Amino acid sequence: MLTAEEKHQIDHEISLVPAPKNACIEALKIVQQNHGWISDESLNDVAEYVGMSPAELDSVATFYNLIFRRPVGRHVILLCDSISCYVMGFEGIKEALHEKLNIQYGQTTADGRFTLLPNCCLGTCDCAPALMIDNDLYRNLTVEQLDEILNKYT
Amino acid sequence: MEKPLTQHIIPGRAPLSLKEYEKVGGYQSVHKILKEMTPQEVQALVKESDLKGRGGAGFNTGLKWSFVPMGPDAATPKYLVANADEMEPGTFKDRMLLEGNPHQLIEGMIVAAYAIQASISYVFLRWAYKVAAREITKAIQEAYEAGYLGQNILGSGFNLDMYLHTGVGRYMCGEETALLNALEGKRANPRAKPPFPQVSGLFGKPTIVNNVETLCCLPHIVNNGAEWFKKLGLTADAGTKLFGVSGRVKTPGCWELPMGTTIREILEDYAGGMQDGYLFRGLLPGGASTDFLVVEHLDLPMDYPSIQAAGSRMGTGTMIIMDDQICPVGFTLNLQHFFAQESCGFCTPCREGLPWVERILLAIDKGEGKPEHLLTLDFHTKYLGPGNTFCALAPGAMEPLQSALKYFREDFERHIHEHHCPWSKAKAWQPSI
Ligand SMILES: Cc1cc2nc3c(=O)[nH]c(=O)nc-3n(C[C@H](O)[C@H](O)[C@H](O)COP(=O)(O)O)c2cc1C
Ligand code: SF4
Ligand code: FES
Repeated sequence: MLTAEEKHQIDHEISLVPAPKNACIEALKIVQQNHGWISDESLNDVAEYVGMSPAELDSVATFYNLIFRRPVGRHVILLCDSISCYVMGFEGIKEALHEKLNIQYGQTTADGRFTLLPNCCLGTCDCAPALMIDNDLYRNLTVEQLDEILNKYT
Repeated sequence: MEKPLTQHIIPGRAPLSLKEYEKVGGYQSVHKILKEMTPQEVQALVKESDLKGRGGAGFNTGLKWSFVPMGPDAATPKYLVANADEMEPGTFKDRMLLEGNPHQLIEGMIVAAYAIQASISYVFLRWAYKVAAREITKAIQEAYEAGYLGQNILGSGFNLDMYLHTGVGRYMCGEETALLNALEGKRANPRAKPPFPQVSGLFGKPTIVNNVETLCCLPHIVNNGAEWFKKLGLTADAGTKLFGVSGRVKTPGCWELPMGTTIREILEDYAGGMQDGYLFRGLLPGGASTDFLVVEHLDLPMDYPSIQAAGSRMGTGTMIIMDDQICPVGFTLNLQHFFAQESCGFCTPCREGLPWVERILLAIDKGEGKPEHLLTLDFHTKYLGPGNTFCALAPGAMEPLQSALKYFREDFERHIHEHHCPWSKAKAWQPSI
């Protein structure tokens, strides 16, 4: 069920475009903001609200890297695996994260705290290697900094 | 040295507010065009300035605008979109403008929108640029409050609305027709051209998509004239350009320099040369989808014709350096992994070809390569090249591959003959799929 507040926000997005379905990505973003991911139930609700079939909306949702169709942890770590970060040794960071969190790419820690995902270039290649946790960007990373960074997120 | 684009950007400090920006001459170009110039005159001025699009393709901006239908019979509304997707690996220049001086972008967007008589504009910003999103939101609000956006701007009768749209992550969203699909709430597959977006773009209406850096040049061209802009460049190309360097250099970064500054000067004077213990082997001059250049090219001026004559492209002007400690096969594999992941899957050569290329490179890197693999890679560089796929993503992917096979072929062959990676003290790159 979409909440009244979600409907209100989606209605605003719909008012800016010719047809309700043009606002479907915005609607998914709004729902994901609240739930962390898009469950089948959320997908069906959004599809109905903007006048699309669930299959049609799913084909849009799954196209985009940052619409999550599976549950994620409370915090999502996006580790840049693109070229400048590769040159500057992001793989050390990756190994350390796998070890510290005891998860591989695409997995969530047992306590539901972190999900680790590879991500293409974060646009801060002059400060490689880099990663993002939720809205926070970390640059010029070293393995030594990781504990302190991870400890900020509960 | 004149640095019009970055003169008001102070690293580590919040960008200028609208009031502060006005004090240093901000929004003057908006006053000027609305009072003194017709849209056609703005188009002609920009065409005359020889401003080439900074998003990668380098097409004359004024000329691109001139394909938009004008006059009372033209379809409405018309749209202007600032392309702030910037997802190409190695590219980080627009970020500096977006975070450092959002009002300059808004001012440039008003100029462009007036030139084509657009009444609705979007900033299409990638998800990861959180600081930019915050600053642009604030700046758009200030611009509305000051009467630079909205209805009847400065009493001229010109109307323009502006919205920030944040993407949800896909490299394809930067391709201009795919971007329009994303804005329409669809999968970001590219569209067939013609019709060109200038005639039938967003929601089927005339639309211009311009890169952030392109748009940021406009206020300065309006204020100072076409001749001034042309003279900013050291060679045949006009203006200044944001050049960036990443990789094992002493001081990686991004600088505004005259078009035509040599690669050597950028590498040595600005990026500080290679880090101790690392030697230069090659570079991609303008992001992940450009051909390698090598030592013999270091004295080339960074401008569109010079880089093209050397067999590469200026692209975004942000260089990625390959040093002697990193394996060229692994380097190329990392790039191809990116392109294979980000292929939109719409056309078969790209959807099937890029993962094939990735698998072959992985095999070579692991020491499982066969001599015929090189032929298969050569074959792909031709059949995924220009004209064989629906959009420029696959041909872009082939640029670093074909030039790696040309300049670093011995390294590929050594992997195959010695059955291991000569750099194997570094662990082989393992794609995440
Ligand atoms: C796969 C792909 C991704 C692109 N990404 C971007 C981008 O992030 N930003 C950008 O300005 N141009 C990008 N471009 C180029 C745009 O299609 C378009 O040429 C450009 O935005 C036009 O602006 P300009 O004329 O000001 O250069 C991309 C092109 C392709 C094929
Ligand atoms: S070349 Fe690749 S990205 Fe472009 S349309 Fe074809 S599949 Fe999509
Ligand atoms: S390559 Fe990692 S931020 Fe650009």
